[in-house]
Amino acid sequence: MAVIAVEDFEREAPVAPPGGAGGRLRRHMGSLLFLVPAAIWLLAIVVYPVVATVRYSLFNETATKYVGLNNYKSIFSTNSILLTFRNNVIWVLVFPFFVTFIGLTLAVLSERIRWSTAFKTIIFMPVVFSLTASALVWRTIFDTDPHVGVVNALIMTVHDWFSPPGAYPVDTSAGQTVASLASTGLRPGPHGTLLSTSTVSPGRTIELGMIGITPATLTALNAQRAAAPSPTPGAVTGLVWRDFSPSHPGAKGKVFPDEVGLPKIRLALVRATGGTAATTSTAANGQFTFSHVGAGAYRVQIQSSNFTAAFTGVFWLGTKSLTPTGQLSQTEQALLSVPLVDVAMIIAYLWVWAGFAMVVIGAGLAALNREVLEAARIDGATEWQTFRRVTVPMLMPVLIVVFVTMIINVLKIFDIIINMPPGSSQGDANTLALAMYNFGFGNGVHTGLASALAVILFVLVVPAMLWNLKKIKG
Amino acid sequence: MTSVAATGEVPGGGAAGLGRAALRRLRPSRWVINLVLVVVGAFWLLPTVSLLIISLRPEGLFTTSGWWQVFTIPSQLTLHNYKVLFSNGLAPGQVLDSLVTSLLITVPATILVTTVASLAAYSLVFGRWRGRTTIFLVVVGLMVVPVQVGLIPVTRLYRDMGSWIGWNPFGTIPGVIIFHVAFGLPFGIFLMRNFFMGIPLDLLEAGRIEGANEWTLFLRVVLPLGLPAIASLAIFQFIWVWNDLLVALVFLGGNSHQPLTIFMFDQIRTFSASYWEISTGGIVSIVVPLIVFFAFQRYFVRGVLAGAVK
Repeated sequence: MAVIAVEDFEREAPVAPPGGAGGRLRRHMGSLLFLVPAAIWLLAIVVYPVVATVRYSLFNETATKYVGLNNYKSIFSTNSILLTFRNNVIWVLVFPFFVTFIGLTLAVLSERIRWSTAFKTIIFMPVVFSLTASALVWRTIFDTDPHVGVVNALIMTVHDWFSPPGAYPVDTSAGQTVASLASTGLRPGPHGTLLSTSTVSPGRTIELGMIGITPATLTALNAQRAAAPSPTPGAVTGLVWRDFSPSHPGAKGKVFPDEVGLPKIRLALVRATGGTAATTSTAANGQFTFSHVGAGAYRVQIQSSNFTAAFTGVFWLGTKSLTPTGQLSQTEQALLSVPLVDVAMIIAYLWVWAGFAMVVIGAGLAALNREVLEAARIDGATEWQTFRRVTVPMLMPVLIVVFVTMIINVLKIFDIIINMPPGSSQGDANTLALAMYNFGFGNGVHTGLASALAVILFVLVVPAMLWNLKKIKG
Repeated sequence: MTSVAATGEVPGGGAAGLGRAALRRLRPSRWVINLVLVVVGAFWLLPTVSLLIISLRPEGLFTTSGWWQVFTIPSQLTLHNYKVLFSNGLAPGQVLDSLVTSLLITVPATILVTTVASLAAYSLVFGRWRGRTTIFLVVVGLMVVPVQVGLIPVTRLYRDMGSWIGWNPFGTIPGVIIFHVAFGLPFGIFLMRNFFMGIPLDLLEAGRIEGANEWTLFLRVVLPLGLPAIASLAIFQFIWVWNDLLVALVFLGGNSHQPLTIFMFDQIRTFSASYWEISTGGIVSIVVPLIVFFAFQRYFVRGVLAGAVK
């Protein structure tokens, strides 16, 4: 069981041993001596530092001058430190609940399978890994590049299924626009398309010039030299080309011999009255043909699918906030934003600790009184009712132990924060424990601030300490 | 949880029968639970497996295709990254040196915690001095003290020791060990005391009447009986210290020998996204705790259960 019941505290004084006062004293000394190493160790390295840290927290950055509560004041008035409280609050509010919930679910389900030992071992394994290694694992999983990070790879698969990337991607999030690609005979059309400025009828040709296409794109598409189209009876023919000549950089609107056609552009022939008459795409030299077209005036449309940007990956370990914070002041942002990197880290941390929660809760389950559960079933309670009304209430003490343990754990969270987010996100992912380390031992050491943060951390775990004591005293 | 559970029973008509059948259907069948847990298990295993695969794929493939391609093209796997990792042998700052450093920190810290905690717990349980309860409650209170509280004062204490006794443990392996032992003791004493409470006093009294001293009783009676608890504590402590980053980061600063966690920490900082390079160190670092865990799984879990409050 998780909570080891502490039986009789001090047993009755044993019968006085023979041998008189001297022997008794020696005996007392004997067992007291056993306590000495532990006592010295704890007094010097645990108890004394608690006092010393409180004292340092009232001193300046080099611990040479008394500054009163100034360190605490600057902690609560500096945005970059205030946000560590925000992150600690996010962790405390979200993590213990989810890890207990997952642990409970897995513990209950794994009771029903034959291979529960193997299952529990698999789930528990990450508990024995260093958090540094786990941070590394999840750094790769959440990597922005869809060729590296499996999460973004999955999203890319779904993304490409619904909107396959075009040959000429335009990254609107980077400020590029489709309209800026129009050079000759083109104007922006509806829904991210480009439309010919003039109309064309069968037997005539049309030339459409685009700019802003990178040489790398052209090489990849194996673009050939642009050739002027020839008129064909009953068909609309034309050319889409790159309206940029290295030999005549300033001249637009004319097809020069050193200009290339734009291959694989998806086109639609649009009636002046609306509606699509035909579709086609350009050849390697940029030429296209709409054959067997009825008489009339048409415009040529370059479809929006040509410009669909490829999925470049979500920056999971970035600082984009889940809460809208654009209108807020700096301080409000520090207190209220929820950076995406926190979510990624919480997921990683759930993977680490769910096994712990499952094993502790599983031990509690195993110790439950089976007769009560059987009685509930015999009385006609459903599986869910038994779980909700009997199992969970009986497990409550164990669930609370897991919950409190995890609160203490995330209050002190450090390894994941220092290792998982890239440098650019570290400031926004910062927590009390990491800030304490950075002020104490990073660049620009400030012993006073670091000690004050350690004191705050200590004060935050005091309720848990008292709860522990109360529980053990029974 | 609703699921399509094939109960195979046809409701025998009548309102009551229908109700029963509907309720039965709410019970997820064994088959569904098995399937769900297979998926969950695979999901839990995958991150570790992916790190292993990344460490076994060549650099050239890294930016062009994901590690999951291995499932279709297993011939991609190579030990090249590991050859690079181990090529510099035991030179300081290399992975093998870090492996040795980790052991040099972890093994003594583990032995010291188990020894000192067992002695203290013996005194708390079998001693005959007053105030044992109070001392024990103080120890329980110390269990949740964050290590952060100790870092700055102990750094300064170490420095002062340099001027007092001419030995400054800061930046040395013993300095790291001393700190680990101190913060491992409260839990160690707690665990050992709870175990010793189960040893019948009569056993000791018999020895005492025979005239055995406390040391003999500790070595000959209590220690052999307490072996399972000692194993739990030792394994728990081993994994705890092995995986520590913060304490080594602070107290081993400036030393040319660094444990594996710091080796990885440095690699992550230096090579950022060159995962094929970093992942090898990650795999090396998890192998040792995995071996310990699989060899002594039962004891470790027992330690975890007892330490649910730490």
